[in-house]
Amino acid sequence: MANNDPVAIELAKMQRDISIASFFEKNRHLLGFDNPRKALLTTIKEAVDNSLDACEEADMLPEISVEVIEMSENKFKVIVEDNGPGIIKKQIPHIFARLLYGSKFFKLSQSRGQQGIGISASVMYSQLTTGKSAKITSKIGPKYPAHFYKLRIDTQKNKPEIIKEEVVEWEKDHGTKVELDLEGSYQKGDQSIDQYLKQTAIINPHVTLIYQPPKGEQLMFARATEIMPKKPREIKPHPYGVEIGKLIGMLKLTDSKTLQSFLMKEFSRVGPGTAKQVCENSFLLPNTKPRSINREMAEKLIEGIKKTKIISPPTDCISPIGEDLLEKGLRKEINAEFYCSVTRPPGVYRGNPFVIEAGIAYGGDQGSDNPIKIMRYANRVPLLYQQGSCAINKSVVNTIWRNYGLSQSRGALPVGPMTLVVHIASVWVPFTSESKEAIAHYPEIIQEIKRALQECGRKLGLYVNKKRRIKFESKKRDYIRTFIPHIGAALKDLIHISDSEEKEVENLLAVALERSRGNLEEVGVIDNPDYDEELAAIGKEKKQDDDFEGEDQENNSDKEDKQTTLEGVK
Amino acid sequence: MVKKKNSLVLGKINELGNMVYKSIKKKKLPELKMPLRALSNVKYDPKNGFFELIGKMKERTLTASTIKTFAQTLRMMALSKELIEQDDIATKREAYYVSKNWAEARFNEQPESDTVMDDFEAMMMVNREQIGFIPEEKGGEIAGRLIVIDKDRDTGKPIKIDCTKFGSGAYSIPISVEELKFETQAKFILAIETAGMFQRLVKHNYWKKTNCILVSMGGVPTRACRRFIRRLSDDKKLPVYVFTDGDPYGYGSIYRTLKVGSGNAAHINKYFCVPQAKFIGVTPQDIVDYKLPSHPLKDVDLKKIKDLIKNDPFIQHHKEWQKALKHMYQSKVRAEQQALAKHGLNFVISDYLPKKLKNPTSWLP
Repeated sequence: MANNDPVAIELAKMQRDISIASFFEKNRHLLGFDNPRKALLTTIKEAVDNSLDACEEADMLPEISVEVIEMSENKFKVIVEDNGPGIIKKQIPHIFARLLYGSKFFKLSQSRGQQGIGISASVMYSQLTTGKSAKITSKIGPKYPAHFYKLRIDTQKNKPEIIKEEVVEWEKDHGTKVELDLEGSYQKGDQSIDQYLKQTAIINPHVTLIYQPPKGEQLMFARATEIMPKKPREIKPHPYGVEIGKLIGMLKLTDSKTLQSFLMKEFSRVGPGTAKQVCENSFLLPNTKPRSINREMAEKLIEGIKKTKIISPPTDCISPIGEDLLEKGLRKEINAEFYCSVTRPPGVYRGNPFVIEAGIAYGGDQGSDNPIKIMRYANRVPLLYQQGSCAINKSVVNTIWRNYGLSQSRGALPVGPMTLVVHIASVWVPFTSESKEAIAHYPEIIQEIKRALQECGRKLGLYVNKKRRIKFESKKRDYIRTFIPHIGAALKDLIHISDSEEKEVENLLAVALERSRGNLEEVGVIDNPDYDEELAAIGKEKKQDDDFEGEDQENNSDKEDKQTTLEGVK
Repeated sequence: MVKKKNSLVLGKINELGNMVYKSIKKKKLPELKMPLRALSNVKYDPKNGFFELIGKMKERTLTASTIKTFAQTLRMMALSKELIEQDDIATKREAYYVSKNWAEARFNEQPESDTVMDDFEAMMMVNREQIGFIPEEKGGEIAGRLIVIDKDRDTGKPIKIDCTKFGSGAYSIPISVEELKFETQAKFILAIETAGMFQRLVKHNYWKKTNCILVSMGGVPTRACRRFIRRLSDDKKLPVYVFTDGDPYGYGSIYRTLKVGSGNAAHINKYFCVPQAKFIGVTPQDIVDYKLPSHPLKDVDLKKIKDLIKNDPFIQHHKEWQKALKHMYQSKVRAEQQALAKHGLNFVISDYLPKKLKNPTSWLP
């Protein structure tokens, strides 16, 4: 009998809910935990991003300390502590031990975190690789107790599991401290924690960061300004950006009684007139009850929105870094001859406003035979991985840099002594994956980045041309100057002037030459009081492996030398 | 006489030196102005009979493109001054080697030093011998009924040189001809382009038969050669006939330069030209009339013809020349003097020259 049962019944026994946590267990690379080195960085990044968001939201000047302790060869303890507003007791387990829990996903506002995955993913990774629980301490004010939690994630249910819970003494007025044990690998150089923290400090001058690496001295990035960045404003979604699934969800949750008031209340840039027009274009009555709208009707509504002309979303909700700060950051990090930066007017993709900023540091200490360096930022967070698949990279490649004095092969990054910074600020930065490493290729974004690059490029081109011109002029003057002594010598023979008169002739000619050719502006001179040599060196250390290889080779050649000598003696 | 001339030149060099010095003292950029030596800076007036400057100047001062030649010109002036003061001379080649002491202001190739020398000469409006420089090239050769009266280098006594007595050889025109005197009963001067044709005429005593003076120019006549013919012709009222290859070079470079001078040395054309010269052959018409063996014109020849018609004030003045050159341009052939040998080696003596000399309508102006 059992044999005659349809196979589907048998198969159905194996089919069940996949918890998001189990999904992550198998797909941790999607969240940036693909290798031990990156896992360590991602964990710190998530914790620091959360701290910064919390401080800024609460209007508190952030002071964050990061400590990485090497427990064994591949096990590390990470401690991140902030002076933010803290988290109320009830929420602590949910924020740290439950995936996709958070406030940021549901609102459109420029913030570092977006999904509510980051820190809980780190907790899960910690749990998976070391079996240890996460330790959280948080305090919301001087008169409130500090709560300490030991937490695990129940990966089946995606629910927090509280191992320990107690009130502790904490000298801080308020703030949050996260302590995680995880498998990792610590390396300096490119894509290192050092580099990430440095770039964060550069682009967030209102932040103080204290960093204790596993080896070596503590690093301190002191804040450069007491002024907090303008607080981003939360906005409602713009109708052009809404998709059918989200629209259905919104229709279910709304308090509005009619479609027209739903449109006006839940979306930005929709007034009574626009709302009526949307309804008309969707062939739906304005007084339709939102809850009664089914899938087919929702699809009509989407079509109707597309047909209706709706003004662009408000853009004052975005808080760019600003040209000055961007350039100042570059000056600290790179000793160059020429800097420029630009903040573009806001643009819109899929109904989401965004702002592109770009800055250039050209010449100086930078080598001219390598592709330019690109520093990418999204909502003030440095992006260190997957440069190749990022919209910023694509925009750089698509810009014709030859016009601006750099060399560039088709479809490649330009080559020259230059560092480029690009920042995208948006209420919703479209990343290519949950690990938030590369920006998705929206044509509007690529176009806007290109415009920013071109604007910087034009200024650069003027400078490079001017430099070339002045170099040429200075060469000319040097050439002319070499003949001045001959004029003196010839005059001496011709009209018998004295030695001192001959010297005078040479001096007078030099003066007359300078006067007739005008002042020679000095270019290419590095005049950069903001440059911070120590800071610049952080994250640029050679990987230790390379050094060892070098030594090995030297030893080998030594041995060979000795051998030949011995043979020679024989 | 010599001394006085020299002191004039020295005075002018001094003046130029002081001018440069004064402008330097005034903290100005010193500059040297000199006539532009080019066809574009000459005009042709048949009344005067030679290319005259029309006053375009070039300037050298402290710019990247002129500083080197500016310094070189001053140094060249100093060298010239030294030569005149010590009554010495330097060949153009020697002057080039002297410049090797001038470090970065030295000349890399002799044409550069020749140019600076010529500019200096033009600035002074004198002939290069007067500023102490002499060319290396020979001045041309003479055979025929002429006695040249020169001076003994040591005693200063006159020496009579009889140009009939060189046998199969010839008298060489010296570099400086200004002091020479002449005695002759000849009826005309025949200036010949090639040494080969000159040899044939000498060998067969052409000058004896026709009572003339033969001059071998050997290509474009040197200044000495031009001046020699001019002085001889003026002195003895002798007509001058010119016999060259039938090609644009023979017309535009050799004959034109002999008759009216060059653009390059326009500042001295007044003395170094022979306005009374007439061109007897080989004309483009001769090539047709005598059925001469010819060579096709090369691109450079065609270009030269076009250039002559378009830019040479002398050719532009004479319709006959334009016609002749257009004729050659269309026929696209040229013929050498020696091509006459097709009709017999001595055809040139027995037929061609007598016929041509008798018939002025077959000449070109």
